[in-house]
Amino acid sequence: MSELFYDAAPNATRVAPARELPRQYPEKPSDIYLFGTCVVDLFFPEAGMDSIRLLEREGIRVHFPQGQSCCGQPAYTSGYRGEAKAVARAQLPLFVEDWPVVVPSGSCAGMFRHHYQDLFAEEPAMLLEAQQLAERTFELAEFLLHVCKVSFVGTQQGQADPVRVALHTSCTARREMNTHLHGRELLAQLAGVERVEHDHESECCGFGGTFSVRMPDISGAMVMDKTTALRESGAHQVVSADCGCLMNINGSLEKQNQALRGQHLASFLWQRTGGKA
Amino acid sequence: MNAQIPLNDVTDVSAGFKPRARAALADPRLRSNFRTAMDSLMTKRAAAFSDADERERLRELGNHIRARALSQLPDLLERLEANLTRNGVKVHWAETVSEANTIVLEIIQTHEARQVIKGKSMVSEEMEMNHFLGGQGIECLESDMGEYIVQLDNEKPSHIIMPAIHKNAAQVASLFEEKLGVEYTRDVDELIQIGRRTLRQKFFEADIGVSGVNFAVAETGTLLLVENEGNGRMSTSVPPVHIAVTGIEKVVENLRDTVPLLSLLTRSALGQPITTYVNMISGPRKADELDGPQEVHLVLLDNGRSQAFNDPELRQTLNCIRCGACMNHCPVYTRIGGHAYGEVYPGPIGKIITPHMVGLAKVPDHPSASSLCGACGEVCPVKIPIPDLLRRLREENVKRADPQHPVMRGEGSKYSARERLMWSGWKLMNTQPLLYRAFSFAATRLRGLRPASLGPWTEHHSAPTPAPRSLHDLAREHLEHPR
Repeated sequence: MSELFYDAAPNATRVAPARELPRQYPEKPSDIYLFGTCVVDLFFPEAGMDSIRLLEREGIRVHFPQGQSCCGQPAYTSGYRGEAKAVARAQLPLFVEDWPVVVPSGSCAGMFRHHYQDLFAEEPAMLLEAQQLAERTFELAEFLLHVCKVSFVGTQQGQADPVRVALHTSCTARREMNTHLHGRELLAQLAGVERVEHDHESECCGFGGTFSVRMPDISGAMVMDKTTALRESGAHQVVSADCGCLMNINGSLEKQNQALRGQHLASFLWQRTGGKA
Repeated sequence: MNAQIPLNDVTDVSAGFKPRARAALADPRLRSNFRTAMDSLMTKRAAAFSDADERERLRELGNHIRARALSQLPDLLERLEANLTRNGVKVHWAETVSEANTIVLEIIQTHEARQVIKGKSMVSEEMEMNHFLGGQGIECLESDMGEYIVQLDNEKPSHIIMPAIHKNAAQVASLFEEKLGVEYTRDVDELIQIGRRTLRQKFFEADIGVSGVNFAVAETGTLLLVENEGNGRMSTSVPPVHIAVTGIEKVVENLRDTVPLLSLLTRSALGQPITTYVNMISGPRKADELDGPQEVHLVLLDNGRSQAFNDPELRQTLNCIRCGACMNHCPVYTRIGGHAYGEVYPGPIGKIITPHMVGLAKVPDHPSASSLCGACGEVCPVKIPIPDLLRRLREENVKRADPQHPVMRGEGSKYSARERLMWSGWKLMNTQPLLYRAFSFAATRLRGLRPASLGPWTEHHSAPTPAPRSLHDLAREHLEHPR
């Protein structure tokens, strides 16, 4: 095949960005910022608190800038670029110190890591800030695994009743942050936890932010298939690192009067490893 | 025999995208036909690209080849024309589908032809060539098996590679029984033989053969056409006149470029290492040759492509080599099928190319009909950033149209002062910490007052309940008084 890979580099026109190299991870820092995300803030604050607890248990000081709100993704994906940019502009200065920014959502982390640079492409000073933020943004599971190098194996695990879980990973987390791999590795460390696959596991749950209200029929069909697959997997509970998907999946399960529910990975990890609220 | 799919609901363009999608979602047979077929295509593609590193390097190369071709598009088209002309192929230029149809009609009339046999061509679907020529009293018969089935049932293709994929074998069996008067059989091989026997005679009767083009090679003036049924070779070599129709973006610089592109195309489309037939057409029959058409024409159609070409970001749309992998992997396409889109090109590629062809105002819901899950961009063999382009089209859709400097026809078709105001409010709330605090305080402390119905959301979900206290509150308390 190698003969086929001759140099066909184009001389103009937009070219796909070069493939990302595997990410290099820094040493465990003394301090980090937590960006909680708007959905966690209002609907899943315990996921944020459990993230803080997990990080503190690793000996890290967590800082939560009170000025934070939303990463801007809802407006960005709805075509309201100006509004998204204004909100992004309000988040960027919150992270003054050169500490990592940890986000308990792959989708919002992906916004920091990939799309702020698009928003500020034409403002050199802001672009530089956006690039620096991208460099030090980590999705929570990724940070626990590769920066904190957590090891739950052999540690005293409080709630060790056997449990089967299904892991759902948001699409952006999967495709922009590889979160599904991190989630799997973390779950594999837990005593008594069996992770089961579900049908069409890599397929979208149908949330897609404003998609779920603009195209309720299609979104509804997608979440119906997703919840059916999750139920048929035999899992006792669902774990996900994205609260947008969890809101979608749990809301649908509740509407269907099903008992199954999803929980944020941070809360699940914290509870399974003996943590108390 | 099962009842017909209620395709009228799905194919009726006037009904609008959302009602058509709703009708498709409520059709269990359609849902199962597509799910089964798309699952199988995804599996085949995955198997064909078992070496992820090779796949990624090849995709990168494919992207570079297409970008290089587009970067010199006007020049390459001139070279293509010059070399085709030198080879004896007559080249025609059409800005609109109506011009393209007129060109085809004039060629047909020059030869006083009555019967046309067609190989598969999506550009001819853009032109609605069958319908147009039918109106002129000219019979236009599809020879690709899928296209033939669709034509027999008076439908349009539901997939760009597999036009009849919305039908299962039983439905095809009933169709053949009804339209061809043959005995009902669900044996796929037998069905194909029935179709082939019917078509075979038509190749010899036809005065004109029409085909599409996969790659037009500028360097040599060669038209490259891939197919699996042999009907493409028959259509382009048996009738005395061959008319090829294609879009202006199909040009590539040289023959060498076609090797990786072919590999990407056939593996992405059907998981095939290569198609059964690869036709390289480089002119009409020469004096000492025994077969081949006496005349070859190429119609190069713009139909909105130059609009996409004029914007560096949207230009990437034209990288497309029409493999269909984006629709095979799309959770939306898999559920609603191709007809619900109401246009020639369905699925993710349809959503980004159709607005250039028909204007954004005609397909205002297309850019929103995606969860931006990214599956399409992940599999695209030429790395079109489809989710980014969908987001860009949303911007063009909701902005106020700019008649002085328009980006595209029909821009601003979803402009809404009310929605803009809502997003301004959202922006204010998320840029003013005090406002945000007040909002989250209200949302959490007054959560008992939340409405039980939240419009479209509560059709498929229970209403979400805000937590009693926000993370802002809990984190501040915790971090100020660490335990």
